[in-house]
Amino acid sequence: MSKLRKYLDRIRPHFEEGGKLHAFHSVFDGFDTFLYTPRTTSGAGEVHIHDSIDSKRTMIIVVLALMPCFFFGMYNTGYQHWMACGETVFPFWQLMLYGLLTILPRVAVTYLVGLGIEFVVAQWRKEEIQEGFLVTGILIPMICPVETPLWMLAVATAFSVIFVKEVFGGTGYNIFNVALVARAFLFFAYPAHMSGDKAFVSAGSVFGYGPVAPDSFSCATPLGQIAASTGNGLHLTGIDGSAIGSWDAFLGLIPGSFGETSVICILIGAAILLLTGIGSWRIMLSAVAGALLMGWIANSCATPLYPASYLTPVDQLLYGGFAFAVVFMATDPVTASRTNTGKLLYGFLIGVVAVLIRTYNNGYPEGAMLAVLLMNAFAPLIDYCVVQRNISRRLNRAKTQVR
Amino acid sequence: MAEKVSNKKIFLNPLSKDNPVIVQILGICSVLAVTAKLEPAIVMGLSVIAVLAFSNVIISLIRNTIPTNIRIIVQLVVVAGLVVIVSQLLQAYAYDVSKQLSVFIGLIITNCILMGRLEAFAMANRPWPSFLDGVGNGAGYAVILVIVGFFRELLGSGTLLGYQVVPQWCYDHGYVNNGLMILPPMALIVVACIIWVHRSINKDIE
Repeated sequence: MSKLRKYLDRIRPHFEEGGKLHAFHSVFDGFDTFLYTPRTTSGAGEVHIHDSIDSKRTMIIVVLALMPCFFFGMYNTGYQHWMACGETVFPFWQLMLYGLLTILPRVAVTYLVGLGIEFVVAQWRKEEIQEGFLVTGILIPMICPVETPLWMLAVATAFSVIFVKEVFGGTGYNIFNVALVARAFLFFAYPAHMSGDKAFVSAGSVFGYGPVAPDSFSCATPLGQIAASTGNGLHLTGIDGSAIGSWDAFLGLIPGSFGETSVICILIGAAILLLTGIGSWRIMLSAVAGALLMGWIANSCATPLYPASYLTPVDQLLYGGFAFAVVFMATDPVTASRTNTGKLLYGFLIGVVAVLIRTYNNGYPEGAMLAVLLMNAFAPLIDYCVVQRNISRRLNRAKTQVR
Repeated sequence: MAEKVSNKKIFLNPLSKDNPVIVQILGICSVLAVTAKLEPAIVMGLSVIAVLAFSNVIISLIRNTIPTNIRIIVQLVVVAGLVVIVSQLLQAYAYDVSKQLSVFIGLIITNCILMGRLEAFAMANRPWPSFLDGVGNGAGYAVILVIVGFFRELLGSGTLLGYQVVPQWCYDHGYVNNGLMILPPMALIVVACIIWVHRSINKDIE
């Protein structure tokens, strides 16, 4: 490691004022502080509180927390593909390799486009490179169907990085969650590729690897099947026609977007976020409470008109992207409410609205994305109300004491 | 008016420096509504130019006889009359477009640009400058409409004025029209982009 440190120190003069590579100084700084603690920290013995957790560390921990979902997504991509091909044997490493080959180009494209834009903007504004895209870049491929064409991912990433982040001033200033806006952009711009039968399972071989699926197989996600179903009760099936139950949704070996199928892996991620204090337990808990309440209301007056109302409240939590959205999207500290009371309210409304959209709008099989985006817009208002209420309460207290 | 503004300036200012849509942010509603395709955008732009120019002239001609108390009503009556004429003409000669534009021709009456120009300019100026002001502001509005309509139709439908522009081999190789472009929110973002470009060229507008 110290060799790398020495190397960085040796090439540093090139990037400083007057050096020949000065134009790229923000790139250099970005990598340097990514690898090591920034050199410009205040010394010991001063009045500042020292903590090694800066925003880069925060981001890295979130990426680590995403890893269980990521690896499971690789396995599940292979698993679904093998199943679509009619195989009955599932060799673990081949499945993983297939999943890796499927997802790798997508991760590469999002990082290339997103970081490219960040680098250009940072140079243009003569600012340091901000690290916000580290998490966004891995989230975007994880919340999209595996069959999303690469160019669509690139367009959506560029759109959301420019219009949601950079125009508002960069990392930390965005109103909406960047990854979710990319997903919403894809959902509204290219609906045919974002839902339906084919989108969620990889069909062909990747780089010539893996079997090729037959032309016709049906692999709608459970929520997609629910939105399209008619009549009383639900009959959810996997690709091979076997029934899907709550347990399958909990384990995650079902069709769905790359990273969001397995609730177990999301719970591991949630545990990491909660133990390190990065994710807010208030948001997660109240979102689950909101979804359970709304799910219970919907379930207690279930009608064939809205098939999703047949899902039990617990199933509402397990199916679709709800768990993933709550753990990794709703807790985004930039776009969530900041006051503690506000967080409770914010999370609760996300839960309620997610189930509300999912159940009562058959056009949108999954409501979690839209719910989080909607509440992103309301988060500042919630904070404002909480703060104002606090101010007026304390004013009243002061007044009564004066009297 | 305190200072004399040249006719040329009256005509040219609204096209860029004082554009009603991207500088004064007026008439945004109809920009969202009619720009999904280029053709209705052009027709709408022309209609607004016509209505604005002639209502400006008429109001300017009778500006000294309008009682101040009821001037808004008089302005509305004049605009409404002109809008009905335009609407009837469109229904007679361009029925398909008039169906696409539906209520939005009628809603020209409520377009803030019209009332704004009548109040701010025609009530205080002679007919010829008023005419130029009307044409200039209408053209400033129409230009933005056409730019937005151009991008929305090109990216949203792959056509321009109904003709296929994006070649078939693009679709064969996986290109897909952007459905979001047809939805109104995208019009706002395209307008925002135009404003962005415009402001970075004209740094003095703030």
